[in-house]
Amino acid sequence: MSSNKRASDLSGLRAGERAVLHHIDLPSGEAQRLMELGFLPGASVEAALFAPGGDPRVYRVDGAEIALRRETARKLLVLTPAEAPCSESADAVRI
Amino acid sequence: MQDCHAPSNGLASGPAQARLVALIGPPNSGKTTLFNRLTGLRQKVANYPGVTVEKHLGHVRLDGNRTVGVVDLPGAYSLAPDSGGSTSDDERVTRDVLAGRMPGMPRPDAVLLIIDATNLARNLTLAAPVLSLGLPLLVVLNMADDLRRRGGSVDTQALSVQLGCQVVLASATQGEGLEAILKFLGAGPPAPKPVSLPVLQSIPKCRQWAAGVTRCASYQPPAPPAWTRRLDRIFLHPVAGPAVFGLVVVAVFQVIFSGAAPIMDGVEAFFADSGNWVAARMPDSIWRSLLIEGVWSGTGSVVVFLPQILLLFLFIGVLEDSGYLARAALIADRTMAKAGLQGKSFIPLLSAYACAVPAIMATRTIESRRDRMATILIAPFMTCSARLPIYALIIAAFLPDRPLLGPLLGTQAAAMLGLYALGFAMAVLTAKVLRSSVLKSERGTFVMEMPPYRWPTWRGLGLRLLDRARVFLRRAGIVILPVAVVLWALAHLPLDNGKPPAIENSIAGAIGHAIEPAIAPLGFNWKIGIGLLTSLASREVIVGTLGTIYGIEAEAETVRLQEALQRDLTPGGAFGLLIFFAFAMQCMSTVAVVRRETGGWTWPVVQFAYMTTVAYAGAWAANRLF
Repeated sequence: MSSNKRASDLSGLRAGERAVLHHIDLPSGEAQRLMELGFLPGASVEAALFAPGGDPRVYRVDGAEIALRRETARKLLVLTPAEAPCSESADAVRI
Repeated sequence: MQDCHAPSNGLASGPAQARLVALIGPPNSGKTTLFNRLTGLRQKVANYPGVTVEKHLGHVRLDGNRTVGVVDLPGAYSLAPDSGGSTSDDERVTRDVLAGRMPGMPRPDAVLLIIDATNLARNLTLAAPVLSLGLPLLVVLNMADDLRRRGGSVDTQALSVQLGCQVVLASATQGEGLEAILKFLGAGPPAPKPVSLPVLQSIPKCRQWAAGVTRCASYQPPAPPAWTRRLDRIFLHPVAGPAVFGLVVVAVFQVIFSGAAPIMDGVEAFFADSGNWVAARMPDSIWRSLLIEGVWSGTGSVVVFLPQILLLFLFIGVLEDSGYLARAALIADRTMAKAGLQGKSFIPLLSAYACAVPAIMATRTIESRRDRMATILIAPFMTCSARLPIYALIIAAFLPDRPLLGPLLGTQAAAMLGLYALGFAMAVLTAKVLRSSVLKSERGTFVMEMPPYRWPTWRGLGLRLLDRARVFLRRAGIVILPVAVVLWALAHLPLDNGKPPAIENSIAGAIGHAIEPAIAPLGFNWKIGIGLLTSLASREVIVGTLGTIYGIEAEAETVRLQEALQRDLTPGGAFGLLIFFAFAMQCMSTVAVVRRETGGWTWPVVQFAYMTTVAYAGAWAANRLF
């Protein structure tokens, strides 16, 4: 349970770990900007390198690499691999 | 689920002469490279009315004498008007031009959609809203060379059927696909055939549609960019990353100062010599003085910064085109965030060490309006090279050079470094004050795409330099000429028996005397007052003015000018002058460029008042302390 909680937003992912984006907990304007960059609910996001100071961090999504600050990454809620939906519930997470 | 059948045929509209073609594409799609490739030197830059977005217009010469106008629209990920009001000016301009709502500009007759072929589905998301415009459209799959090299492929025929418009594989850097693009520009192309489009307001729906189209075009995505991943492991490495970053910053500094110095000396000598040459061939008159001492030397005082600015932009060009700039912004972000700024402010602020004008021009890469404003407002605190002549003069005159750290650092060098640090500290302080007051907001989100590394091309760099040089000369020139003429008039009028008066009897002298009570608390006399007035044109002008006042050729006899100042200024006044120049916005070109970039007089006036107040207070304190 605790490991689930740790990875329930993007900032908790370990390097190379992937997760399915569930929800963007940001005002609609900012959320839309992130969605334009590929952070769509249902998209698979992979955590990549940190900037040398440990923040921001690069994420791979939709074939591109996007850097986000930790405070933004915390607002991008993900499903850990364990809770990632099978095909049956896949449509439910697509808005 | 998308069906892969060909959509029903629509009627193609008859051929019509395309007069204006818009280039549109997401950021990093190589759109501007293609624009440069098509138009070469036949470009001009202006601003769209009411916003600070640059309008890049160009002409493409087709066979015969026909030309087509091309406009390079700002990069956009989508055309959807959003609800949160965070749409950047860039995106608004793109939308308005395509809808024919941009004043002073006809609706484009056709559109080139430039997308990165190495990431097709992602980039095709933008095709849905562009197709819905109903304008003749050519989809340019750029970076086709990259796609092939990394083992990807796409069926352009099938893609063309899916999109109902023409599709061409291209490489703007290699020139691949240019023929087809030129043909499209010239041929009066047909409107796209209607295809079924997703709900345009929904990004997920558009993205799903793009995925379907991509699947139907049997797209084979290329292997991940291996070199980019390898390089990032070095450039973002916890130890090597900052080391490389530091090296890059030092290299930029070294080149824009040491590298540019001989060229700048050459430009200075050219303006002085040519002025003298013309002066020797003109009868002595007030007009000769106006021409040589007003217009010509005023022009020279701006052009002299051009070599440095071009070198700076060459560096920024290499960094940006190679993809390193995004990494530099990423590395700088954490530190910049502490001052309430963000990573993208870093390069403009670094540029400001050469000159605030190009620095403020370079803030256009910052999407967040608040971050951009904060960067513009603090950039003039950075020690630009126009401050160096007066710093050097005063420090040499008032501070005996003694070693502080052995031969490494003397008192004079330490004073110079101290002035750099002082400007920087005031910039940071101002940024903090701004972000907690006028420009208060939730801490801005730093979101930045990291493009793959690429080799910059000479052609791209050359055109960029030319473009920046033109913009700089026009921005600064428009201001500096009238300012130089007005300041010349102040220093040379009223005429005394048909001849210019000695400078203390001129209008400038009168103003210097008039403001003396106001600047006396800073330890300045009326002569410095005149210098403060004339240096509004450009800071380094004060050295020449002081030379004129003391009757000394400032360049040739710096030692005598130093002695004159030692007799005439107290140490407190001298340090006050250093502090004043560290903080004051003594530069009309900067005021003008801020007005231009912020779209009104409010910010430059506030900024000028604020910086002058800080400068006055600082100089007053320095005068009291020393």
